[in-house]
Amino acid sequence: MGRGFPKGTRQLVSIDPINARGDLRLTRITKSYGDFNAVDDLTLTIPKGSFFALLGPSGCGKTTTLRMVAGLEEPTVGSIHLGDTDITTTRPYQRPINTVFQNYALFPHLTIFENIAFGLRRRGVKDVKEQVDKVLNLVELPHLAERKPTQLSGGQQQRIALARAIVNRPALLLLDEPLGALDLKLRRQMQIELKWIQREVGLTFVHVTHDQEEAMTMADTIAVMNEGKIEQMGTPADLYDDPETAFVANFLGQSNLIKGKIEGNDGDNLVIDLFGQKISMPKARSHAVDNSLYAGIRPEKFRITRTGSAVRGNTLTGGRIEDVSYIGVSTQYVVAMPWGQELMVFEQNDDGVPPFNKGEEVVISWEPSFTFGLRGDEDVEAGTEVNPEETPE
Amino acid sequence: MSTKIKDATIPTIPFKARLSRWFGRNLLRIYMIFGFTYLFIPVAYTFAFSFNDSGKSNLIWKGFTLNNWKNPCGAPEVCNALGNSIKIGLLATTFATILGTMIAFAIGRYQFKGRSSSNLLIFLPMATPEIVLGASLLSLFLVFKINPGFWPTVIAHVMFCISFVVVTVKARIASLDPRLEQAAMDLYANELETFRRVTLPLVAPGIAGAALLAFSLSFDDFIITNFNSGTLITFPKFVYVAAARGIPAQANVIGSSMFFLALAIVIAGQLVNRKKAR
Repeated sequence: MGRGFPKGTRQLVSIDPINARGDLRLTRITKSYGDFNAVDDLTLTIPKGSFFALLGPSGCGKTTTLRMVAGLEEPTVGSIHLGDTDITTTRPYQRPINTVFQNYALFPHLTIFENIAFGLRRRGVKDVKEQVDKVLNLVELPHLAERKPTQLSGGQQQRIALARAIVNRPALLLLDEPLGALDLKLRRQMQIELKWIQREVGLTFVHVTHDQEEAMTMADTIAVMNEGKIEQMGTPADLYDDPETAFVANFLGQSNLIKGKIEGNDGDNLVIDLFGQKISMPKARSHAVDNSLYAGIRPEKFRITRTGSAVRGNTLTGGRIEDVSYIGVSTQYVVAMPWGQELMVFEQNDDGVPPFNKGEEVVISWEPSFTFGLRGDEDVEAGTEVNPEETPE
Repeated sequence: MSTKIKDATIPTIPFKARLSRWFGRNLLRIYMIFGFTYLFIPVAYTFAFSFNDSGKSNLIWKGFTLNNWKNPCGAPEVCNALGNSIKIGLLATTFATILGTMIAFAIGRYQFKGRSSSNLLIFLPMATPEIVLGASLLSLFLVFKINPGFWPTVIAHVMFCISFVVVTVKARIASLDPRLEQAAMDLYANELETFRRVTLPLVAPGIAGAALLAFSLSFDDFIITNFNSGTLITFPKFVYVAAARGIPAQANVIGSSMFFLALAIVIAGQLVNRKKAR
């Protein structure tokens, strides 16, 4: 039993947890190790049938959360429900939840067939052979049934680990950095395949990753975690286009955050002063709490024009090209602004305009509706110092 | 590449350099040959003299015979002693392996008060001189009014074998990925099934190795046995006593058999492993 559960506060499990189905609900979950809260008062609902990603840097508590859902850890405080069934303290083998482990954790002494059959046999399922064959076909590796895990490549092991979990048709499938050990090309391929398999089998997938691109490619809903809490939750597009915190703005892609002041209203728009230059942005996209804010613009939303030519939308003048990197599909510019900040601009190489040269004076412009507003007291560096390639906790 | 074609433009390597290069390449091989010769001469000698038509003393080669192998129990007491050693060895191995494996799991897998001190204490019997262990055990048995004999010897053997079992099995447990057990639990295996179907099969090679080690330690032991066995004759004791008046060639037959048996077990183990890996 975890600490912090006074006797009598927990409901008796009404039905056998192994048959529980429905949404996964985490209610006010805290997991403490001594003084450190790995997960801090987390409340989260994962709808049945969704592909849900928990995204965050190493040490943000995402893996701890996953392990609590799997039953490998018990929350210090809080409850976990699957549908109407409280599964907070049930053992891992009593939960209709299966996990694809980070390093696959295939049983080295069993054949691939027996690895996949393991869960079915423990539950006393009758048509083991039929079901294993079916799932082996699904992952397109039926010819490997009699091999041992060590004889398989990393990508094949990954698929077998997935097959071993989904053959049980769990209410919930947990994926703990499932593609972390694969090389980039294989990872891309598996991302698409995983998404396809999720649609095919119609199970709820909860995917833990530190790779924002992976989360955005696969998930319907992403919860960005930082220091044991959820920073923001939404669809990949919501999170990218309208981040609510600097951490989310920086962790998902790159952002230009410019310090500004709200000067007033103009219909549904706010008028903002950025170092003496006026811009506007939709009110609904501002998360500022007072009149100080950071105006955020994604680098690919900026347009660069030579000083003097006509431009529409918001403009910032007085920029000077500091650095040019040509990377094929786009050209990346670093533009130094009069107030000393360097802005990142990605220009598509599709308009026949020759690239700008270092030292050129330019005007930066963008659609006002692309602007997002963050609180003025945010740490603009939050989420930027994370190395996406580092190994997770 | 052919050495037959002489080409004046290719400078020949001086003999001295070639010699040192040859040595550099083959030094390890030469060392290995010396090493194995050193290790196996006594075994070869023992094996050869098991065919000696020796009569009473087996010190001088007197001619080839198969009689010793046809009749290994020919010398008085030799098979009785061997039987005692095997009985003691099997009992000691069984108890030491079961107890030692349990201790290894406790130390290797669980956090508890006194874990690190138990870890240290388990090494003590290995580090203590056998002569001291043997003598102290004897006086301990006498204090409790237990006469030396078969069971005190078994108890003594279990005692010193446990440490070796713990160390061997613990090494295997340490190399076991805890995620495999978590995966088993995740796949609907309860604690008992997880142990039976995942943990035990994966630790089994370590346990088997520990059992073999325990048996050979027990079978071989003379010093502790000599203190605690009283009038019971074990194989090492038999050989020791016989040495005074000439060891019968049957002792060589038994010694060689044990050697080949151990060799067969090791080779079989290797073959099984190789088959498993394939």
